[in-house]
Amino acid sequence: MSSSKLRIVVVSGMRERLQMAAMTASVGAVSGDDVMVFLSMNALPYFVRGASQDAPAEGPVGKFLGQKSVPPFRQLFEQAVELGGARIHPCSMAMDLLKLEPAALEAWVGEPLGLTKFLDDCRDGQVWSF
Amino acid sequence: MAQKILVDARGSFCPGPLMELISQLKMAEIGDELEILSSDKGSAADIPQWINKVGHEMLGTEEAGGVWHIRVKKLK
Repeated sequence: MSSSKLRIVVVSGMRERLQMAAMTASVGAVSGDDVMVFLSMNALPYFVRGASQDAPAEGPVGKFLGQKSVPPFRQLFEQAVELGGARIHPCSMAMDLLKLEPAALEAWVGEPLGLTKFLDDCRDGQVWSF
Repeated sequence: MAQKILVDARGSFCPGPLMELISQLKMAEIGDELEILSSDKGSAADIPQWINKVGHEMLGTEEAGGVWHIRVKKLK
């Protein structure tokens, strides 16, 4: 089985982008790819433990996502970790801005990561941003 | 003794059926056969692709009344 190194940057707080990022992370991870997700900017608040607010839709497809039996993005990110061994890290800058401690985030989210380390880890891999 | 396991993912959209199949595969024993039911057309194309990529045995796929029956044997 061939595998790729996928690095996924998620900065948007909009439903469609969060969903597509989660789909890419989960399917990539369960297909044997080495997946790391970097959560920053408006995406990060959705990963606070127990967060239940819906991300707003950008357009009609986003509205459908909320009405149909589509796996929610948080569930897909969790499955990326549990079923596919993906690693998900919050951006340390966004953590500082939001005054968040690591324990405030979902248990399947890893330790905060700085941009320098993340960029170094991106070397020789594909980088996707949402 | 190999088991036959039914995974009913009808009504779920991509990648829900694939994730449900993988969850069950993780718990299954080598040699077990799983049959997933999916009403999602995209997943009907995607699941066989995944099975071939990761190295399980694709046993067959049939469509009846808008439901795809995809059968796979766990090999590892």
